[in-house]
Amino acid sequence: MLDFFAGHYAYWFILVLLVIGLYGMIFKKNLVKKIIGMSIFQVAIILFFVASASKWNATVPILEHGIQGEALVQYINPLPHTLMLTAIVVGVAINGVAFALIIRIYRRYRTLDENTLLRNMKDDTE
Amino acid sequence: MIQNNAPALVPLIFLFAGIIIPLAALKLRSSAYFIALGATLASTIVSISNVIFVLDSGPVRYFFGGWPPPIGIEYVLDPLSAFLTAVINGITLIVLIHAGKIVEKEIQEHRRVPYYALVMLFLCGCNGIILTGDFFNLYVFLEISSLALYGMVAVGDKKAPISAFRYLIMGTVGGGFYLLGVGFLYVHTGSLNMADIKEILPVLGTNPVVIVALSLMVLGFGIKMALFPLHGWLPDAYTHAPSASSSIMAPIGVKIGAYGILRILLFVFGIKFVTQVFPIAQILTWFSAAGIIYGSIMAISQDEMKRMLAYSSISQIGYIGLGIGLANPYGIIGAVLHILNHGLMKACLFLVAGNFRMKLGHSNIKNFNDTLRKKMPWTTAAFAAGALAMVGIPPTVGFFSKWYLALGTIENKSWILLAVILLSSLLNAVYFFRIIEKIYFRSPSSKQEEKEHQSRKGTEVAASMLIPTLVLAGALFIFGLLNTIIVKGVLMKVLPPGM
Repeated sequence: MLDFFAGHYAYWFILVLLVIGLYGMIFKKNLVKKIIGMSIFQVAIILFFVASASKWNATVPILEHGIQGEALVQYINPLPHTLMLTAIVVGVAINGVAFALIIRIYRRYRTLDENTLLRNMKDDTE
Repeated sequence: MIQNNAPALVPLIFLFAGIIIPLAALKLRSSAYFIALGATLASTIVSISNVIFVLDSGPVRYFFGGWPPPIGIEYVLDPLSAFLTAVINGITLIVLIHAGKIVEKEIQEHRRVPYYALVMLFLCGCNGIILTGDFFNLYVFLEISSLALYGMVAVGDKKAPISAFRYLIMGTVGGGFYLLGVGFLYVHTGSLNMADIKEILPVLGTNPVVIVALSLMVLGFGIKMALFPLHGWLPDAYTHAPSASSSIMAPIGVKIGAYGILRILLFVFGIKFVTQVFPIAQILTWFSAAGIIYGSIMAISQDEMKRMLAYSSISQIGYIGLGIGLANPYGIIGAVLHILNHGLMKACLFLVAGNFRMKLGHSNIKNFNDTLRKKMPWTTAAFAAGALAMVGIPPTVGFFSKWYLALGTIENKSWILLAVILLSSLLNAVYFFRIIEKIYFRSPSSKQEEKEHQSRKGTEVAASMLIPTLVLAGALFIFGLLNTIIVKGVLMKVLPPGM
């Protein structure tokens, strides 16, 4: 049982990050804090991919003459890392759009607190 | 040969149109609309010719950069993806012809050029999702289409940025769950290619990792397709988006999620896995059934026409989910046919809502009365056609997809689901005939109201808005009558192998 926890501590950490991110997105009332939660959520997923491809005593995947046959397992799989480059770019784009929306919301309602926002929206009949 | 490269052509047309539009607009602002229209027309022609080609000579696979899968990324044009791209591009073409005038009314001038560029990127994402054969590539396209959609919602009325923000949070969670699912699948199988994973999964057998991956992916797509109870973002986004956006995203946007679930459940994991080993198909069916009833009941209590149509979308997407979850030939034919049919019906009804907004300045059901029929006879006739189709009265399209879904439930002996389909038709009748009754039989209640209606000049909307509405209304009957040709000619070949 202890092995199960100790052997996977990176994944437990990622799980905690995921939950923190989801909590921030759902329960925090401030819109900026929601975006912070969203970023944590995205980073947790990126870390999951990166952690899944990490390996002790292994080397970068450049074809060298020395490594052949059985020893090929000493290469690290580069694909998850490269995939995450794309995912980071997607994450940046999402954050950018989110902040742009927040600026428009703030300009109109002068608040970023969800409760106040809901009250203001009710008064704001077209 | 061009046909070998056909799978990549459609997304690329839209991608380049999305880049060219801002550049061309530097010279001539009004060119944006025509470039968008031209790109959509071109890809409609390409995707319809793709359908004919694929039905004739089997699936086409295109390897990007010449790298064969599983190492490279491939695009696959099989009957399902060819059919769905044709549906998407065809409907969008009609909606975009309508959009020209209403975008001029609802969106400020300096925002129109980026708006059309966003529409192109959204379509690029949608077509890419359908055509790609690679799970990670699908994620990228999913986020491209979603990001464009957030922007398309946010240019709407005053409350639109808030609904777009909520949509963004929900959509990101959906995309994140999907990506996490892909991660689990990759860790377990070592591949991202759909066809490759399909070969590997039976060898590895049942494993908790695979089940977690499947659940996460379905959860992610469930949010994107607004499956009950993950639909929270949809009503606000549809209501506050500009009319042009809502009439593009209602027929197409949520169908992308439905396609994703269909592809993953039945084409990658296989029918046996999702019904017997891990019964996620049954779970999907029951949630969809709950969504059908919930959406219909909520739609009855709405006063705003676009909001009512939004709740009706939640209920209609339930039909598609239900058909997929039944996992038998009738269910799948019904679901795929309903993607086409609901696209036509919802596009028609949202164009009608757009026409009302154009002429009346609102679409509040409470204020409708029979002067509307006298002023806009063709638009109200199109509404009546759309309403009949939604209720499912033969020979309109709505009847036939519900018929196949009902056959599917009978084949699975799920009588409760059959009752849900019949009950929801009844509820549809309640909320659509409520409007028909107002448009055709209710005279203006007060003098002031009558005066107000007479003071507004102008009768019917412009021809460029009326003709697309009427074409869609006519298509509801034509595709209904032609349904055997579609089902026998195309949809029988859509079924996953082994059915």
